[in-house]
Amino acid sequence: MHTKTAHELHELLVNKKISSVELTTALYDRIAGTDDKIKGYVTLTRDEALKQAQAADERLTTGANPTPLTGIPIAIKDNFCTRGIKTTCSSKMLENYLPPYDATVVTKLKEAGAVILGKTNMDEFAMGSSCENSAFFPTRNPWNRECVPGGSSGGSAAVVAARSAVMATGSDTGGSIRQPAAFCGVVGLKPTYGRVSRYGLVAFASSLDQIGPLTKDVTDTALMLNVIAGHDDRDATSIEHPVPDYRSALKNDVKKVRVGLIRELLGSGIEPTVKAAVKGAADQLAALGAEIVEVSLPSFEHAIATYYLIAPAEASSNLARYDGVKFGHRSQEHRDLISMYYNTRREGFGAEVKRRIMLGTYALSAGYYDAFYLKALKVRTLIKRDFDQAFERCDLLASPTTPTVAFKLGAKSADPVAMYLSDIATIPVNLAGLPALSLPCGNSSGLPIGLQLIGPAFAEELILRVAYTYEQNTAWHQTSAVI
Amino acid sequence: MRIDVDHVARLARLGLTEAEKKLFADQLAAILDLAASLQKLDTETVPPTAHAIPMKNVLREDKASPCTDVEAIMANGPVIEDHMFKVPRIIEG
Amino acid sequence: MDYETVIGLEVHAQLLTASKMFCSCPNQFGDKPNTNICPVCTGQPGVLPVTNKKAVELAIKTALALNCTVEPSSVFARKHYFYPDLPKNLQISQYELPLATKGHLEIEVDGVKRKIGITRVHLEEDAGKLVHQGAARIMGADSSLVDYNRTGTPLMEIVSEPDLRSPREAAVYTETLANLLRYLAVTDAKMEEGSLRCDANISLRPKGEAKFGTKTEVKNINSFRAIEKALLAEEKRHEEVLSEGGKITQETRFFDDVTETTTGMRGKEYAHDYRYFPEPDLVPVEPPRTWVAEIKATIGELPWQRKARFVGLSVAGEAAQLLVNDKPLADFLDAAVKLGAKAPTVANWLIGDITAYCKENKKELAGLNFPPAELAELLTLIEKGTLSNKIAKEVLFTALQTGKPVKEIVAASGMTQISDEGELLKIAQEVVKSNPKQVEQYKGGKEAVMMFLVGQMMKATKGRANPEAATRLLKQALG
Ligand SMILES: [Mg+2]
Ligand SMILES: [Zn+2]
Repeated sequence: MHTKTAHELHELLVNKKISSVELTTALYDRIAGTDDKIKGYVTLTRDEALKQAQAADERLTTGANPTPLTGIPIAIKDNFCTRGIKTTCSSKMLENYLPPYDATVVTKLKEAGAVILGKTNMDEFAMGSSCENSAFFPTRNPWNRECVPGGSSGGSAAVVAARSAVMATGSDTGGSIRQPAAFCGVVGLKPTYGRVSRYGLVAFASSLDQIGPLTKDVTDTALMLNVIAGHDDRDATSIEHPVPDYRSALKNDVKKVRVGLIRELLGSGIEPTVKAAVKGAADQLAALGAEIVEVSLPSFEHAIATYYLIAPAEASSNLARYDGVKFGHRSQEHRDLISMYYNTRREGFGAEVKRRIMLGTYALSAGYYDAFYLKALKVRTLIKRDFDQAFERCDLLASPTTPTVAFKLGAKSADPVAMYLSDIATIPVNLAGLPALSLPCGNSSGLPIGLQLIGPAFAEELILRVAYTYEQNTAWHQTSAVI
Repeated sequence: MRIDVDHVARLARLGLTEAEKKLFADQLAAILDLAASLQKLDTETVPPTAHAIPMKNVLREDKASPCTDVEAIMANGPVIEDHMFKVPRIIEG
Repeated sequence: MDYETVIGLEVHAQLLTASKMFCSCPNQFGDKPNTNICPVCTGQPGVLPVTNKKAVELAIKTALALNCTVEPSSVFARKHYFYPDLPKNLQISQYELPLATKGHLEIEVDGVKRKIGITRVHLEEDAGKLVHQGAARIMGADSSLVDYNRTGTPLMEIVSEPDLRSPREAAVYTETLANLLRYLAVTDAKMEEGSLRCDANISLRPKGEAKFGTKTEVKNINSFRAIEKALLAEEKRHEEVLSEGGKITQETRFFDDVTETTTGMRGKEYAHDYRYFPEPDLVPVEPPRTWVAEIKATIGELPWQRKARFVGLSVAGEAAQLLVNDKPLADFLDAAVKLGAKAPTVANWLIGDITAYCKENKKELAGLNFPPAELAELLTLIEKGTLSNKIAKEVLFTALQTGKPVKEIVAASGMTQISDEGELLKIAQEVVKSNPKQVEQYKGGKEAVMMFLVGQMMKATKGRANPEAATRLLKQALG
């Protein structure tokens, strides 16, 4: 049961072949069998989940408007606020934090009838690309447990890949959905900025953060997007743009779609096997009728530097609230307020979070704002213009999601710059606010390779259609990790 | 490029050990060297992008609603006294 | 050396909205601590702000009344500093691009009119409140308690140019501004309750010098009265330091209402570095022209326009100013005039006996059961000759005290003037008869004696004689 996709399980549920309680129980069995090895979950919510499953079964029985997600067990990244359920962001700072409210996306998923299995591990406050920055434990890649699952939504990607959740939510600030999706061989979508409400997503970098699905196949991504997309009064940056039925966009047809291969992302920094797999995918799309062209986005080379000024600046601001006064960790060592602040934040935050707070505080500080933060916002404009120009020539852009396949645990943890450079293909997309999806397109020494499809703002339907067509004509999504 | 780690840490109210200070000074220097590459770009006439998807005038109607999450909020307070959040002496001791 | 004082003011006003600035908590406080809070205004992880439209509207209204330019695009920014009353350790405010800029307010100080420049009007959120324990003040407190009820209240900040030249001007400016804000109904502008707050920047420079001196910022000014006192104290301190060849340190100083002095913060003060940057969770405010025009149309008569109108109704300039400064009094006058009363007479009664009564009894006119119709009635009775001025004052006093209608008081007391001339003539004849000496003096050409005789008539009638009729009838009795 646990190997099936949500749309397959939906058929079984509505036809009474299985119940959601059975399905949920089966997934907890799967979790019991795998999660010791994978460490994808930080919190399991079994009691609550079984109640939700029961309610879902009633809804399915009485025919009270079941949705494609009714009764489907899902996992939630631990930076989504869940009322009364610990939301830690994998940080010591929030180790015991019980949010007083649900994130909008959580509310929507609950209303759709999804069953929440638990909360997944991540890089602390979503800062990282390997899940090694969790304050609790690293998550491991189901394909090779010596390797990282990617990050920051590493737990979510790993539990979907390990088949210990049917689907999961993630958040993506610089690649945090797509990169772990690529490393774990699952589908991950970062929608257009503003497409999904951020209300209740613990903020990392507000102008870049976006929520999206991690699923076993493209159809499931469309199904979850159908539920979570849309305007929210509580998020002033969520956009009032009509929400189509993304599932009906899933047509096996890419004829005449112009796909631009990004030259800068097929150069020397990219592993040959990854390059070969992406070129192979392009050939396949061409064979299916798409037009493949090569495009250049010259400002890409500045994306990492731009991102590592903007994101830490916003993060340093967003993380100022963790001070031991209202919630979260408070140091016992203090003689006055300021020492309480210092010690609380010293004890509560891990090294990567501290590094970014330092970097961001510096970039915003008097005398450096213009040279760093403001400069980065201007270069962001240049990157956005590059995309605009590319989309005058192409309908979609394609690239590897990551320069390499999943790396070994500890391989990059001592060198932050090396770690940052691994996000080269995903970061520009967040800077421009665009939608992008990663789906499996190959395998190298037993580790999955991800193909990234990038679209203009609100082109999720086209991205899904091209991804779906590729998936229907290949078998990558049918292979899974053996644990 | 080196930064004044003590000053920045003070602005961020971030307690750092001597070892962390040394490590961060080195690592931040490396990151800022990367960032220095932006300086050579001519952005004189380029406007900054604070929001990738431009929007304006997102305003809320002035309607009040009852506060229903009060006790769940208070329950997270590390130290509560008289239904208030207690903090140590503000003037440095 | 002679010094010139330079003052600029930052006034913060809490706006009269139903909900808070960025969340839908009710905009009210003073209840049990931490009951008027929600995830947003306590800065819980994951929350987002959404701007209150009415707050923007009220600020635009104010900006227009202050002759400001409403900016085509304004942007909220985050201002960072760590303090426990600020849940996010940042305040959402406006920085580089405020809502409105470049206006002015005209003030009148001791008969001289001055135009004070307004640098900007912008919106921000208020902080919470701290209760210090162990000692009355922050300095000695062992610990403090935080109440977030006030957190997120919409605040409008109005920054003046450094155009004020004396503590007195600063006080008049603040009062004029507060009055304007009350007219616009954007705030209740009560300094004692904190709905209007005033921080002052003050510096001194040698007379004739163009360059500004080093300024200090004076905080903790908690009443209109305190503005002038605080600035006089700080002005004096500057003058003493400078004339002894010393230097002023740029710092924030707190005014102590009891000792009437200012003191600097004790202990290490970290240099402020607010690290402003555009609030990524909010989008720019670009008020469409039509909206601004609609808001403009809601601005009623402004204090200075009203004063001009009162003067047009023959109210003396000074009286008109006093009335306009106290909106309820001015409203009272308008209502009474509408009922037929004469404006100058109403003004006299309002500024005189009614204000005196309120002051003495520490009451507000609105709290007394004395509507404008009652004063109009009283004035009609005087005009018709039914009541003498003296009796009318007694009636007024009774009405203010008891809340009873004027008519009822007059009827019950029989205090109406004696209008039967036959009866009055008899009394006049009595007076003539019993004061032969004075009658002789009068007949000898000492006309001033008539006043004495009229007084005697009043005495005999317990004030119920009409003075004019008394004079006329006395003359008749004297032959
Ligand atoms: Mg302010
Ligand atoms: Zn609130």
